[in-house]
Order: sequence, then C-alpha cells, then structure tokens
Amino acid sequence: MRGGKFGLVLQLIVLLSVVAFVVGIADNVATNLARLGIKTGFWFLSRPAGFDISQTLISYSDDSTYFTVFVVALLNTLLVSLLSITLGTLLGFVVALSRSSSNGLVAATASLYVETFRNIPLLIQLLFWYFAVVQALPAPHASFRLGDVVFLNNRGLFIPSIQFGDSVWLMFGAFAAGLAISAFVAANARRRAAAAGQIATFAQWTLLPPIALPLAVGIFYRENIAWSIPNLQGFNFHGGITILPELLALTIGLSIYSGAFIAEIIRGGILAVSRGQTDAAMSLGLTRWQTSRLIVIPLALRVIVPPLGAYYVVVLKNSSLGTAIAYPDLILVFAGTVLNQTAQPIEVMTITLLTYLALGFVFSLATSAVNRRVRQ
Amino acid sequence: MNGLVFQMTPRWRYRALDFLRSCVSSPLNITLTAAVIALALSILPTLVHWLLLDAVWSGTSAKDCVGHDGACWIFLRAHAGQLLYGSYPPGQRWRIVVAAIVGIATAFVAGTSTRRLGFLSIGSMLLVSAIVIGVLTAGGIAGLPFVATSLWGGALLTVVIATWTIVTALPLGLLLALARQSELPIISALAVAFIDTLRGLPLVGLLFLVIVMFPLFVPPGFQTDKLVRALLAFTLFNAANFAEVFRGGLQAVHPSQIDGGYSLGLPKWRVTALIVVPQVISVSIPSLINICISIVKETTIVLILGLFDLVGVLQAGIADPDWLMSPNVRTTAYVFAGLVFWPICFLLSRYGRAIERRQPMTSGVSSAGLIN
Repeated sequence: MRGGKFGLVLQLIVLLSVVAFVVGIADNVATNLARLGIKTGFWFLSRPAGFDISQTLISYSDDSTYFTVFVVALLNTLLVSLLSITLGTLLGFVVALSRSSSNGLVAATASLYVETFRNIPLLIQLLFWYFAVVQALPAPHASFRLGDVVFLNNRGLFIPSIQFGDSVWLMFGAFAAGLAISAFVAANARRRAAAAGQIATFAQWTLLPPIALPLAVGIFYRENIAWSIPNLQGFNFHGGITILPELLALTIGLSIYSGAFIAEIIRGGILAVSRGQTDAAMSLGLTRWQTSRLIVIPLALRVIVPPLGAYYVVVLKNSSLGTAIAYPDLILVFAGTVLNQTAQPIEVMTITLLTYLALGFVFSLATSAVNRRVRQ
Repeated sequence: MNGLVFQMTPRWRYRALDFLRSCVSSPLNITLTAAVIALALSILPTLVHWLLLDAVWSGTSAKDCVGHDGACWIFLRAHAGQLLYGSYPPGQRWRIVVAAIVGIATAFVAGTSTRRLGFLSIGSMLLVSAIVIGVLTAGGIAGLPFVATSLWGGALLTVVIATWTIVTALPLGLLLALARQSELPIISALAVAFIDTLRGLPLVGLLFLVIVMFPLFVPPGFQTDKLVRALLAFTLFNAANFAEVFRGGLQAVHPSQIDGGYSLGLPKWRVTALIVVPQVISVSIPSLINICISIVKETTIVLILGLFDLVGVLQAGIADPDWLMSPNVRTTAYVFAGLVFWPICFLLSRYGRAIERRQPMTSGVSSAGLIN
C-alpha cells in the first residue's frame, strides 16, 4: 500500500467522513421530502407542461410534455451557443490577424476591442445589449430595413427564409454527393502528388461540385421552392424567420465577449510559430500562400486547438447568463419554470446539471478528435 | 559617437515615427488607416457628446434628463447611497467606511512588508482584521445593532462576495490540488471527481442548485439566508478553478527540489509546506490573478438570484417608473457599471502580465489558467 499505514488510516478517515456526509444529506433530503409530501421519480416528464415558450425549434404546444420542454430548452441552449461560437470565432480570427497587422493603427484598434470587452463582466454587456440597445430599437412600423426583405425592430430581427418543399431531401443529397466528389478528387490529387514527390496545389474548382449540384437540382425543381419574406401585418411581421430580441441580444453580446478571448487564443497560436520556421520555408522557395498553408497554419493550429476547444465549453456555460434577459434556455425554462411547476427539485436539477456536464464532455471529445488530426 | 547620439534622442520619438510609418507603408495599409480614421471620426464625436457635452450633470429628478440626448449622470447621484451600501441602514453606514479603511490598511501593510513581518504575524494580523471587518459589517455584538444580509447591497455586496470568494477559495483550491496529486488513490480520486464536476458546471446552474436544494440538504428548521448559500457556491466553484491552476504549478516544480528536501531529512509534510507550496504559489500567480479577474466579473451573477449587488441596484433603479421616462437612463446605468468594473479588471490583468514578464518560468504555467 502506497503511503504506509498512516496513508491507509488517513484515506479510511476521509472516505468514512465523505460517506457519512453523503448519508447525512440523503437522510435530511428524505426527511424533508416526506415532510413536504414530495414523491421522487421521473414520471413527471411524461405529464403535459401547459405553458408557452417564446422560442421553440421543434413543434411544441402547451399540451406537450415536460420532456418536450427539456428538448426545446436544450435546443435553445445549443442554438445560441453554436451561433456565438461561430460568430465569436470569425470575429476573433479577424481581430487576431488585425492585432498582428504591420499597420500600427489597425493593431491598436484591435487591442482596444480586446481590452474593452474582456474586462467588462459579460452580464453587464448582455443587459446593455438587451435593455439599452435591442429594446430601444424603433417599433415594427418604423423598422430599420435592408431592401424590403430584412427588418430590424424592437420585436426582433426578421429575415427571409427559403421553403424547399419536397425537393429539400434531393438538395441535401446533391450537396452530400458534391462533397463526396470533391473529397475524392482532392484525395486522389494528393496521393498522385505525394507519389511524384510534389506538394499538391489547391485547385479552386474542387469547391464547385457541392455548390453546383444542389443549385442544378434547385433550378430543376424551382416550382417547389418558395421564398418567405417577412411583411408587416397590423402591429407585427409575419413570414420569414423571426430572431427574437432575447436571442439577438444574447448572440451579439456573447459573440463580442467571446471574440475578445478567442482573438487572444488565435494570436497566441500565430505568435508561437517561430520566425525561423517561416524563413526556412521561404528560403526553400515556397510562396507566401504555401508558407501559410503548409507551415504556419498547421503549426499554429497545434497550439490553438486545445485552448479553443476548452473555450467553446466556456461559451456553452456562459450562455446560461441568458437567463438574466429571459432567453428561454435550459436554466430559465427547465431549472426555472419546470422546477417551480412540478416541485421536483432533485430530478430537475440533476437532469439540468448532468446535461451541461455531458455537453462539455462531448465538446472535449470533439476537441481531442480534432487535436489528433491536427497533430498528424 | 553615433551610439551616444542615438541614446540621447528620446526613444518614444523613434517609436512614434515607426508607428506613423507603419500606417502608410503599403497601399493596403493606407486604405486600412483611412478606414480606421473614418470609423473613429464617426464614433468619437458622438461619444464625447453623449458622455460629456450633451450629458445632464445637474438636477435632482428624472424630469431634468428628459429632452437631453446624452448621459443622465444625475441618475447615479440620486442613487449614490444605494449604489454604495444597498439598503444598509443610513445611520450605520459609518461602520462600512471604518471596515473599508481597516481592510485597505491591512492589505497595504501585508503587501508592503511581507518579508519583514514574517508569516505568523501577517497571518494573525489578517485574521484579526477579518474578524474586525466581519463584526463591523454584520454587527449583533459589541453594542453594534445587527444588520441582516438581505439589507447589504451595492458596491458593499460586490466587495463582500469578491473578497470572501478569493479568501476562502484560494486555500481550499490549494488543498484540492495537493489532494489530487497525492499518491493515496482514494483521496486523489475524490479530489479529481470534485474538481472536474464543478468545473464542468455553469456557475448559474450551481447557484440555482445551492439556492433550491440547500434547504433540502439540511435538517428541518435550519435556516440560512440567500447570501450565505450564494457564497457557498462561489467558494466551491472557484476552489475547483484555483485547484486547476495550482495543478499546473505543481507540475512546474522540478522533482529534484523534492528529492533535495528529502535528502535533507525533512519529513514529507515539511517538504510540501516549505519547498513545494511556496514555489507553486509564486509560479501560479499570473494565472491566479486571471481567476481573481473572473471572480470579480462573476460577482454580478448574483443579480439573477435577486441579490442587489452594484448591477442589481442599477437594474432596480432603471425599473423605477420615475426614471423610465428618459431613454438614456438605461444606457447611463450600464455604461457606469462598465466604467466601474473595467479599470479593476484591466489593471489586475496588467499586473498579472507584468509579473509573468518578470519571472519567465511562469509563462508555461499561465496557459493552464482558466480564461473567462
């Protein structure tokens, strides 16, 4: 036994106190539940919920079950997290490049952005975007508009949507087939170049199949495809896709805040590629583009991927602050409304927190998969 | 001779020239510079007008702000007492002032003469002043009337949460990190489970958990107030974050240091206390400061629980129908909140980076720090 007799005794004491602590709490919980007349169990999930949710990505009515509520809330959490991760990464990428720019003014502006937004609490930023910006937008009849198809007002952002009708699966199929063709062509070219001892060059036309094939299908089935454009009827817009004010403010706030941190992660990766590596590549006769693609990006990615993946989990967790501006996510709808209605605190909190742990676990699995690929 | 002349010319002049040259060094850079200047010209005048020129500086009620398209600073003056102390009874507010002076003085003495006073006297001084501050703030003994925590608010509450969290979570985090790398399997497994679970949860979720479940966990009749429960969640959550930082620090301590300690005949606990821990702490300082920054920012989350910290007071103030008349009040409140937190977090991050630059050995560890 490692640690000797003392270690053994110490571990026993710690283990016994942890067990005693847990048993004591379980006993208190049992007493309290009996006193309050609460029956435990997960059967409540199949009962109808009977309340409305402002944003539902799947079909939902007020006689849907509590389990459906859970799925709706989970999808809302995932929606805003993925949107903010995408926008935050794009923003962070641009800012990181600007910070490494040779232009001093551009670099200073990028630093100003990073230092401003990451040193102000996210909650204050979210309250600002929601209460001071989005809610202060004009009423629907005085909307900001882009052409006659995109409208922005205090009811949210209204954008057109495409309805594919029956042709949607064919379009998806064509897109997948296009991707497969591109991947096959690229792999083939890479193998041939490797056999000839050369570096495969990137041909723009390999991007064509996944774009052209669905387009061709779309033109063929054009009677089935319809645009839905938002239009003002009475006091609000109908048609198209509505992005609610809560989602709008949360996405803007979370993306801008995360962008500042992601910019620093990406800049760290770029700085980590030593000057000697790029100089060596240039002296071998590689062009600037080849140097970036073959030397700088692969080396920088090795440094960027692990902290970036970890930060994506932070974005997921930060999305729970949307509760403060009434965004219907897991915490507000499930740990809030459902908990209050069902009086099943133990089950509801367990489901909520395990969901966050599981999502974080999935994210980190994905990160290590990407990391393994990057390190090859 | 040339070198001498070079040294006598102020360095900033060369840097300024370099900067200007970099802005126009290529056609692309000229375009970018023009774009940034155009952006600044469109934003800065509006900002100056809103913050200063068109802002309302005098007056007492919301009516004075109506019709001005600028910051409504008088909103802050009207809520000054609330912003500083929350609903703390006005007649007792001198106690908070005294407590703040005691706190600042203690921190100053501890910070400037750590070496001269030694560990024991610093420790006992911190303990005594913590007790004095606690007694002054809560009261209930020594002739001071008791002030319930539900009355604490504003900057007072923000400082209480941040200080309490840092002071309690730091030692707990160090213990957890030591337990995690312990060679005793049960202890290490328990520490790993605790740290990884808490770090995987959003703080909001943990706060909900503590608020809702705590009454079920304790024997019937046992009462705790909301602030105590929130502080419990803050401590546990950040102890896990600190533990992760300390783990990075522990890995940075060279094994030969520990072997050196053993070869001097020191027992294990003294090697840990005298050789490992001091090195871990000094190596981890930049990352510890990062966690402290996120703690300062996280204090605002108590708003969601209905506690009235600085942001909670502002949020309640703008919901007051009197002040709803002027659309600029909301923006003023959030800009002010940002102006309060920004310098604190910015200076802390600068301080952390300065330390990191001074001790190069920390640079590898700092990336272990959780950034948020």
